Amino acid sequence: MTTQGQSGGNNLDPWYDHYADRTAGLSASEVRALFAVASRPEVVSLAGGMPFVSALPKDRLDDTLDRVMRDRGPVALQYGSGQGDPKLREQILEVMALEGIRASADDIVVTTGSQHALELITKLFINPGDIVIAEGPSYVTAMVVFRSFQAQIEHADMDEFGLIPEALRTKIASLKAEGKSLKFLYTIPTFSNPAGVTLTWERRIEILEICRSEGILVLEDNPYGLLYFDAPPPHAMRSVDDEGVVYLGTFSKTLAPGFRVGWALAPHAIREKLILANEAAVLSPSSFSQLVISDYLATTDWKGQIDTFRGVYRDRRDALLQGLEDYLPDLSWTVPNGGFYVWLTLPDHLDSKAMLPRAVTELVAYTPGTAFYADGSGRNKIRLSFCYPTPDFIREGVRRLTKVINGELELLETFAGTGQLDVIRDDVKISSPPPNIN
Amino acid sequence: MTTTPRSIVVLAGGLSHERDISLRSGRRVADSLQQHGINVVMRDPDATLIDYLVENRPDVIWPVLHGASGEDGSLKALLDFLGIPFVGSRSDATRLAWDKPTAKTLVSRAGVATPHSIAVTRDSFRELGASAVLGVIGGELQGSVVVKPGKGGSAQGVVLVDAHDDLPRAMVSAYTYSEVALVEQKITGTEIAVSIIDTGDGPVALPAIEIEPISGVYSFEARYTAGETRYYAPARISDEVAAKAAETAIAAHTALGLRHISRIDLIVDSAGTPWFLEASTMPGLTETSLFPLALEAAGHDVGWVYSALADAAALP
Repeated sequence: MTTQGQSGGNNLDPWYDHYADRTAGLSASEVRALFAVASRPEVVSLAGGMPFVSALPKDRLDDTLDRVMRDRGPVALQYGSGQGDPKLREQILEVMALEGIRASADDIVVTTGSQHALELITKLFINPGDIVIAEGPSYVTAMVVFRSFQAQIEHADMDEFGLIPEALRTKIASLKAEGKSLKFLYTIPTFSNPAGVTLTWERRIEILEICRSEGILVLEDNPYGLLYFDAPPPHAMRSVDDEGVVYLGTFSKTLAPGFRVGWALAPHAIREKLILANEAAVLSPSSFSQLVISDYLATTDWKGQIDTFRGVYRDRRDALLQGLEDYLPDLSWTVPNGGFYVWLTLPDHLDSKAMLPRAVTELVAYTPGTAFYADGSGRNKIRLSFCYPTPDFIREGVRRLTKVINGELELLETFAGTGQLDVIRDDVKISSPPPNIN
Repeated sequence: MTTTPRSIVVLAGGLSHERDISLRSGRRVADSLQQHGINVVMRDPDATLIDYLVENRPDVIWPVLHGASGEDGSLKALLDFLGIPFVGSRSDATRLAWDKPTAKTLVSRAGVATPHSIAVTRDSFRELGASAVLGVIGGELQGSVVVKPGKGGSAQGVVLVDAHDDLPRAMVSAYTYSEVALVEQKITGTEIAVSIIDTGDGPVALPAIEIEPISGVYSFEARYTAGETRYYAPARISDEVAAKAAETAIAAHTALGLRHISRIDLIVDSAGTPWFLEASTMPGLTETSLFPLALEAAGHDVGWVYSALADAAALP
């Protein structure tokens, strides 16, 4: 217990010495505080991955809510099964079938968003110091979960075709040579967060084979797979491997995140433990949310709604790509065929985290690249989300971002030759915005 | 004392870098006033605010705004034009205190010691050449220096520089927040904050709070993560030095023309001299902020003081 009073001072937290070691990184963050401004309407936020729920059919959802409360109120308001509502689990099979997955409803565990499934799987498998291999870059909040269980995160490189099998093979070999305990590969193979890239079918097969031969479980996180813009992506990895893959799905992107309903599809033995872990954590996932989603799936053209989302997000992706083309033609970025994100590469010596205050001043927000690496990489990367702002706003956001980047380049150029910062090269200057921009 | 204002609008949030801190401070003020039986409405200053104020005309406004939107004085100037009383310093004093180099000059003229420093615009570096300017700074300010944005709070963009080679990066960090950077000689000593309240009878210094961050630097993280800084209230300084610190804080508060509430940050050197670092016209009022700690150390009820400050604002 922390000493209080004059002699020992007061650290404002009497329990400071009692926290578990795994909380070591949980402190206030200047960057996080800066993001508070992103909630203001004046700010173009290209930071958060918030689905555009206004595109949902509100009248239909109103009907669904009324019907659930009228017809199944006592069930909706009661505890439910720790594994999840049986009817919803059957319906989830239909959703997954769109990505080539054939499974049994018995192997599905409904969770409080797929984020919770991620936590439960990590809890089941990770001892302090165990290794999780993740793409570099990888989903920031997955890494927060891994760290909270004291996992060591190791990245394997990816390119525009997703995780590179050879990089994975090399990483595994080097970790095994060090005697490390490798537990699972975490991957978002389709429209990845943050890079927006998709793993090719051939690589999926090769990576599954690598993991199978090395005895490494694959944790396939697939929140965006149905939100493709042009051709459908390759089928899920789980579609060809029902023993070595735990698949995570969610209704947060195809319906709404407010329901907090996701699921894990796991091999039988893992599923048994998942159910127990789920019960220990939440007793049962929300009955109300599950029944609402079940009714929605049964009474609404949900596939048509996903088409609507695809159209909305396609327009926004196009607006972002066009904005980048017009304002920042000298930079490079990924071109996603689905999902929510574009991964922008800045000139080598820019630090996207350090220039975030300037972005806030200019009323534009983005997520700095370092957030998506466990090892401090990604300083000159930015994740741009196109899911929430309107196309016009996205374009305005890119215009403001250009001002931020140019301001930072000018500043670094001012200090070039002073030792630490003499790194500016003529070839990284950004073109001025075209004159015909509104 | 007049009757307690019937309605208070607490302004919190805004578009500044310190929005998050402002929201936390504002909620604390609103809660304290409500527990004191006062009708409080909390508002984020936005495009609907002026119409709202004109229509509802609250008795008093409490702008708990940190950073540019609250501390550059413009919002308060508008409130003056609208004729609605508000808690805190008037717009001109707010603007002067917000500008750290200007505040140091004014306080220094009043006879208060303040660390040797230089304020440099970003344009100066561009015009005169960074190496040359850095050379002059390094020649004059030897040893450790603190580089700060000329305007800003919550230690955002502040870097302690022990080696001259690290100065360029620190300057870049400061310029990310502000067009002017202040490079200040680091004074080694006891870091303290003296909060001042004036409920109508003149400024009163609350007990000095000593700040001892575990990491050694009172950074943003150390300020807003409970447990990361150890506070001593009152500070571990002699009565004589404490009296001198209180006197210095009031001198700074007065020299800057502040009213109602302020926090003066000082550092006491080994000879017992308090050095003025900066003034905050709307200090943080969060769970880990220094002002509420000082009220507690003085035995004041937070709600009573906040209510009394609103009363003082309502005085004609």
